[in-house]
Parts: sequence; C-alpha cells; structure tokens
Amino acid sequence: MESSEDDGGEPLSRLAEWRDVTPLPQDDGPNPVAPIAYKEEFRETMDYFRAIYKADERSPRALRLTRRAIHLNPGNYTVWHFRRLVLEPLNSDLDEELDFIQRIANSNSKNYQLWHHRRWVVERLGTNVRAKELHLIKSILSLDAKNYHAWSHRQWVLQALGGWEDELDYCQQLLEEDIFNNSAWNQRYFVVTRSPFLGGLTAMRASEVRYTVEAILANPNNECPWRYLRGLYKDDIESLVNNHEISSVCLKPCQEFRDAVVALWTSDSLPLDPDLATAICGILEHVDSMRASYWIWRKNKLPVAA
Amino acid sequence: MADASFGFSTLQMGELAIGKHVHYILSVEKKKDSFESVVMDHLRMNGAYWGLTTLDLLGKLDSVNADEVLSWIMTCQHESGGFSGNIGHDPHILYTLSAVQVLALFNKLDVLDIDKVATYITGLQNEDGSFSGDMWGEVDTRFSYIAICCLSILCCLDKINVEKAVSYILSCKNLDGGFGCTPGGESHAGQIFCCVGALAITGSLHHVDKDLLGWWLCERQVKSGGLNGRPEKLPDVCYSWWVLSSLIMIDRVHWIDKEKLVKFILDCQDLENGGISDRPDDAVDVFHTYFGVAGLSLLEYPGLKAIDPAYALPVDVVNRIFFG
Repeated sequence: MESSEDDGGEPLSRLAEWRDVTPLPQDDGPNPVAPIAYKEEFRETMDYFRAIYKADERSPRALRLTRRAIHLNPGNYTVWHFRRLVLEPLNSDLDEELDFIQRIANSNSKNYQLWHHRRWVVERLGTNVRAKELHLIKSILSLDAKNYHAWSHRQWVLQALGGWEDELDYCQQLLEEDIFNNSAWNQRYFVVTRSPFLGGLTAMRASEVRYTVEAILANPNNECPWRYLRGLYKDDIESLVNNHEISSVCLKPCQEFRDAVVALWTSDSLPLDPDLATAICGILEHVDSMRASYWIWRKNKLPVAA
Repeated sequence: MADASFGFSTLQMGELAIGKHVHYILSVEKKKDSFESVVMDHLRMNGAYWGLTTLDLLGKLDSVNADEVLSWIMTCQHESGGFSGNIGHDPHILYTLSAVQVLALFNKLDVLDIDKVATYITGLQNEDGSFSGDMWGEVDTRFSYIAICCLSILCCLDKINVEKAVSYILSCKNLDGGFGCTPGGESHAGQIFCCVGALAITGSLHHVDKDLLGWWLCERQVKSGGLNGRPEKLPDVCYSWWVLSSLIMIDRVHWIDKEKLVKFILDCQDLENGGISDRPDDAVDVFHTYFGVAGLSLLEYPGLKAIDPAYALPVDVVNRIFFG
C-alpha cells in the first residue's frame, strides 16, 4: 500500500529497495543537440524512472517512484501515463489517488496532465465521488475563480455525473463575490441552457433577463452582463430589440453617460450628434482611441437617423 | 539604431534586441540547474519549435546544426507514427505537430513517412469529430487545430473527416462569438486561435461571426497596450500571438492599436540577457520569446520575416510547402 506521505527525498541509490535496478541515463540521441544540464535529484529520479518504464515494471515501488517524479516535475506527461498503467493492476485506492492529485494541485492548479489524470480517476469512481469532486473544484475556484482547467473539469463532472441542482446558486454566489467574473457568467449560461432541472433557455429567459438587467444597471461598465443579455436572445435577437422595456432600461446608463460626456465635450468644430447611438460612437472614437477604427466602423453601420 | 556620426549603435528602449534574443535561445538549453531546463525535458519538441521558429523569424536559423536537430526529432517518432516530447516519452499530438513544423522549417518534410504520421492523427479523431491528444482520450479544440494544421502541412487533410471536425469546432462557439476548449467552455483567446486557425485552414471561416468575434478580440487590448486572453484578466505577451493572429485571420486587426501593442511587447524584453517575458519585468522564457517575436512579425515590425497566422510558420516556409 502506497504511503500517503511523500518519501523523505533520500537519494534512490542509497535505498536498499532500489539496489537491483540499474538507472538509465537520458539518451539524447546519436547527436545530442545540446544535452540538457539537470539538477542532481531530478536526474537521479528520472534515471530510475527510465529503467522502470523501459522494463514496464508495474509494482508498488514503481508507483512510489512516479509520485516522486511527479513532485519534481508535474508537467512530465509520460510519468502520469505510466502511473495510470501501474495503478490499474495494483488495484490501488483511487480515493487516496484523488488526495494525492489534490496535493499536487495546490501548487500546480493549471497543469493539464493533473486535471486529465483526475478525470481518469473520477471516471473509475463514478457518481459516488460526485459531491466530493464538485466540492473540491469549488475550493480551487475559491483561490482562483477563473481557473480555466477547474471550470472545464467542473463542466465535465456535471455532464458525466450530474449534480446540477445547486449549480445556479453557486454561480449566483460567485457573481455576488465578483460580478465581473466572466467564467461565472459563462457557467451561468451553461447551467441555464443545459441543466435538466431548469427547463432550458426559453423557460429561463424572463428571470435571467431580470437578473442581467439588474447587473447592467449596477455596473454598466461590466462587459459580461451585456454579452449575456445578447446570449439570452440567441437566434431571436428581434425579440430583444423590440422589447421596449429592456431597451429603455439599457439606454438609461447610456443616457447618463452621455450627459456626463456632453459636459466634458470641448470640441467646437465637431458638434455632438443629436442621434444618441451616433453620438456615443463619436465619443468613444476619442475616449477609447485604441479601438477608434472599431467605433468608426460601428458608427457607419448605424441606420441613418430619419 | 546605428548612428553613423558616432560610429556605434545605441539600443534604445523601444527596439528589438535581435542579437540578444538569438544568444538567449541558443544558450537556454545549456544552463545548468535552471528551472527552465528541468521542466522542459518532456516538452523539448515544443521548445525546439518555439526556439527554432524564432531564430528563423530573426533570420538566424543557420545558427543551429540542422542534421543534429533532425536526427534527434526522428528518434522521437514512435511505432504508432506519433512523436513524443523527447526521447523516452510517449507520443502525443502536441509534439507531433511541433516535429512536423520543425521539419518544415528545415525543408525536410521528405524524411517523413507521411502515411505513418497521418495514420496516427486520423486514429485520434472521435465519433463526434473532436480529436483526442493521445490514447488516453483528453479532448480539446487545441487538438482539433493541431490535427488539421499538421495534416494540411503534410498535404493529406482529406484523411480525416473534415466536415465532422468542423462541426465539432462550431459546437464550441459561444454567445460572445468566441470558442472554448469543449462545448460550453468559456471563450479564451488561446482556444479561439485554435478554432479560427482550424476553420481558416479548412476554408470554413464563413461560419465565424467576424464582427462579433472581432469586437471580443479587440476588447482584449488593455490600457498598457498589451492583450489579455479573457475579460478582466491581465495582459500577457503570448496573447499578442493568439489574439492578433485570430484578428488577422478574420480581417479585423485594424480594430486594435498596433503601435501600443508593439511598445508593450518591446517592454517585455530583457535587454541585458535576451529573451521576452509575459509582461514587463518578469522572468523570460522561450515560450514568450517566440510569441513576442511572432507577434511583432504579425505587426510588421521591421527586420523580421513574415509569419503565417494560421500555420504559425514563416510565410516562405508555408509557400514552399504549398507552391514548391
């Protein structure tokens, strides 16, 4: 049974357990381009790993060796692969494996290999670990609410194992903490459109529009709810445009913004266009000058005022 | 800029230190005990692509021994036809593309058994049109791009089901016009580059809402002039490639301020030791050095070879592949 504690970091050449193994040095090929210079501990661990890998030894000590190698370089995908090959025949405790991955994740939360290995383990454990998994992802997101890997894994867990019931509430909570969190908005859309408990986009639209409009009014400079609103009317943009209630609410921040800018507008040669949309584009051309070309294009796309 | 009247050149802030970067790339793998060399062992193939493509863009590909590189690359090919990140590692689609790209740089695609590589990649396509990274089954639109780019370079794109590959990519399109790693995944500049690149190569860009996506992409430019990868995130030099190449592929690059972006990239240089970092004053690495130089090439910075935004290879290399 694999120890849940990391080994003491003793050089492997000094351990009796490894006496029968001849470590294999890095083979840089017939004409090494530039042999990479390595730290000693890393070099030794990888030399022993290469020997075990070549011999395809799937033993408890091989498992411990992969743990050591992963600690030294969690990006080494071959070691993760081999660990999977060893875990299976050893009938290892996969719940413990989740704990191991979690410890590595603490300092490597953006490592592709780690997340994929986690998925492989969870696939084998099934719905029993669903709650634990969703909870764990939450704890990672509490440290970095935009971790792309964590979100991708969460979406997979929901679709593969379920657990949708509390997801909208979770998005709500994250947005309360940071209304600018684009990942949380994206997840909200994911839940609203895919959760088997909510009835789909059309059923949810009215309540989502209310929520989104509130968010827009609270922070008109937040790009997320504006895009989200548009997404709620996916394939049916006419309904959004023709909904006077929403339009007037959305125009409110523009109007207030415009009043503020009018006070600051100092150009006499360029009078402020009475048409609101054109005026705003004109202002943005100067105020958001990095995107001046975009605003000019946008202005030219507007229907000519009657 | 060389100043003839004083007989020496002064490198001012705001210029690309070509010589320093060449020196940095050539020396990076020799640094003893460097964190970078330790962690790069398994992805040396990617590192070779980043370093060598940068050298080619700087006009210095001949600084390396092509034969040594090529023999090492071929030693990384497996029975399955796929390439690994280094000797003694497992094959993966990531390193297969980098291997093919480096061979293309040296005009040595003819050393390949193309059918063998194509078989490896074709075997990774799934029922729904997506691609796995390797036998372990991780699915990501990055791998869709890699498969399509690689097979296109090898002139055998017809070996995969292109229609299904495209429809899978489109299933990853989001309400903001961008693309994620899987259906429903948040739009991210890196994933967007992969999806737009794949759509460009397969002649499927008409599926992209260029105005909507163009706007999302140009909103990535922040006050400093740098580009971020998602709303409300920090700028990073690597997005100078992913956002920029995407904008170019959909004809909307004029929607950002190119001059400010050039300045941001140049500010990320280590003018003493060479190399480029993710943002000013951070540590440099080969990854960001490549993306910084590639970004400057897309911005038509003088003295650099032109780079193709879809294939991420110098234009002359791409022309050589398709036009002989």
